[in-house]
Amino acid sequence: MSTTLERPTRPSLLARLENPKAVIGLVLLMWLPLTLYVMAPRLLGSLHDVVLLPAIPATLLLYTLAVRAFRGSTVAVIGLSLVFFWLLMAVSAPYLPLIDPNRPIAPFTPPLTEARDHFFWLGTDMRGRDLLSRAIWGCQRVLVWGVTATTVAYVIGTTFGLVAGYFAGWWDEVISFASNVLLSFPVMVLFIVILTYLGPSGLNIIVAVTVASAPAIMRIVRGLTLDIKTRDYVFAAQTRGEHPIYVMLIELLPNVRGPIIVDACLRLGYTTVAITTLTFLGLGLQPPDPDWGLMIREAARSAMLWQFSYMLLVPALAVSSLILGFNLMADGLRELSLRD
Amino acid sequence: MTRLILQRLVQMALIMVFASFVIFAIFDTDEFKRKLAVAELGGFGVAALSEEAYANWLAQKGLDVPFHERYAQWVGDVLQGDFGHSFEKNRAVGPLLAERLWNTAILAFWVFALMIPLGLLVGILAGMNEGSPRDRALSFVAVFTTSIPEIATAILLTVVFALGLGWLPAKAAMIQGFDPWQLVLPVLTLVLYAFGYLARMTRASMAEVMTQPYIRTAILKGLPYRRVILGHALRNALIAPFTIIVLQLNWLLSGVVVVEVFFEYNGFGRLLLEAALFGDVYVIQAATLVAVAVAVTSQLVSDIGYTFLNPRIRFGA
Repeated sequence: MSTTLERPTRPSLLARLENPKAVIGLVLLMWLPLTLYVMAPRLLGSLHDVVLLPAIPATLLLYTLAVRAFRGSTVAVIGLSLVFFWLLMAVSAPYLPLIDPNRPIAPFTPPLTEARDHFFWLGTDMRGRDLLSRAIWGCQRVLVWGVTATTVAYVIGTTFGLVAGYFAGWWDEVISFASNVLLSFPVMVLFIVILTYLGPSGLNIIVAVTVASAPAIMRIVRGLTLDIKTRDYVFAAQTRGEHPIYVMLIELLPNVRGPIIVDACLRLGYTTVAITTLTFLGLGLQPPDPDWGLMIREAARSAMLWQFSYMLLVPALAVSSLILGFNLMADGLRELSLRD
Repeated sequence: MTRLILQRLVQMALIMVFASFVIFAIFDTDEFKRKLAVAELGGFGVAALSEEAYANWLAQKGLDVPFHERYAQWVGDVLQGDFGHSFEKNRAVGPLLAERLWNTAILAFWVFALMIPLGLLVGILAGMNEGSPRDRALSFVAVFTTSIPEIATAILLTVVFALGLGWLPAKAAMIQGFDPWQLVLPVLTLVLYAFGYLARMTRASMAEVMTQPYIRTAILKGLPYRRVILGHALRNALIAPFTIIVLQLNWLLSGVVVVEVFFEYNGFGRLLLEAALFGDVYVIQAATLVAVAVAVTSQLVSDIGYTFLNPRIRFGA
């Protein structure tokens, strides 16, 4: 044994941030302002212009932490980088030197040309709006609505899954039957039926995504719960006389976390695709604010020519890179979790 | 075995009854009926429709009876093949739906004809040596093509092959009769998106089989590698992909919507979307009911097929 005493060094900032509380704090610091900024801009009042500023360093710190945590898997790091690229674009869009995304300037300007005193990196659409600016602003809506919808679906799906798995009996019968009915609808058919019934809007997309994905999430959680509830620590808690809600939240929930996180990455991808597709179909988010699905919809109607194909390619590549990011992240996470 | 099938059939019937009830109930609201009344009677909009005219219209259509009677009536009509009338297209829903479903069936046939061999081949080649460079390369291709949403695949293919090279038509509206060339891009889009999933499932199943002792025995007793793969491994490795293939039918009913709309192909998905945007209630109800019936049937076929192919389950249950 060596007897040299090492002088205690202050742990680096990154090392100190590597605990769940700090990570959750950073996520909230990044996410809450962005959600408010997109969903309820009027609520922010005079804070509107500055609210996203602290989110930029939070995003960068989170990215560094995530890369450190997942450095064992190249695939995961590539996926993370793609997702965080768009996250960074979303939080910093107001501070980038971009042309107003809704301002018509010079219609049908090809990429990398100058027109009317503006330089257009990615060209303009048929109304003369800057495509670079629209692509970057567009990711805000896709990310915020997509993540919110997935989160709501997870909260509801997990709750039902825990209840069905833990109480079993007729709770399980009823919940499982209801979810079987919903799962027998093809997903897009279910989306179309719900959005026709409720009308197209962001909030209704959340409802539609929840109805469509909660049953599948519930099935996964139910299966995991049925397995975990036979463990000794659950019996211990029951014998102590803990309330079922305590057992579900404190004993069961933390232990079903692992498989759910991988599934959540995949499902974030599905939801993003669904939102883009629904907007393309005219059932999702409404114009005029920029959105990838909307950009595709407008370009597919009026610019089906080789020389204007950049109008289709810009949003198509943007959405593909984000989905690829989510899927690679899920693949990498699965690989890492199998390795342990 | 028979008991399992019967049990499944009962479950399927229950799901159909429940689903049809939900589909009927959510579009049987006052709001939708007023819209329909305006569409039929003409006029300036829902606000201008007088209560008296609305009540008359309800009575004339036989819609003023209690809910459960209307539901029973609707189910009875549907069972007799009467799906109601499309307001947008001004024709009976039954033949309209049959025509569109046939078009989608043509599309689906080609998608499956290409996807199954491609997915199985890639999956088997990748799963034979798990972790080899070939496995890594093929798996990456499968993840990559599946990661690109259909709408983006459709755009990329259209831009390259239709707008750029001019080899294929960009739309599949089939205005001047059936043209097989117009089908190429929609089919390719769906195949590129769907084959990756099948390939990954086949790969996983194949990789698992290859670790089994009987494969090692077959190799050690000196059988040619080709015979080990074709005779021993494939039989068991293809059970799981079979279920996936049948369940893809369910996915296809979702997937066709965006592809058919993008390429303007007159199939089931486009019909459903047009009906949804127009508020054509009877068409939405009929199309949804058919979609659920197809999905539930494919689930049943997949379950029964799985039990049939896997003796462990057949005799265990």
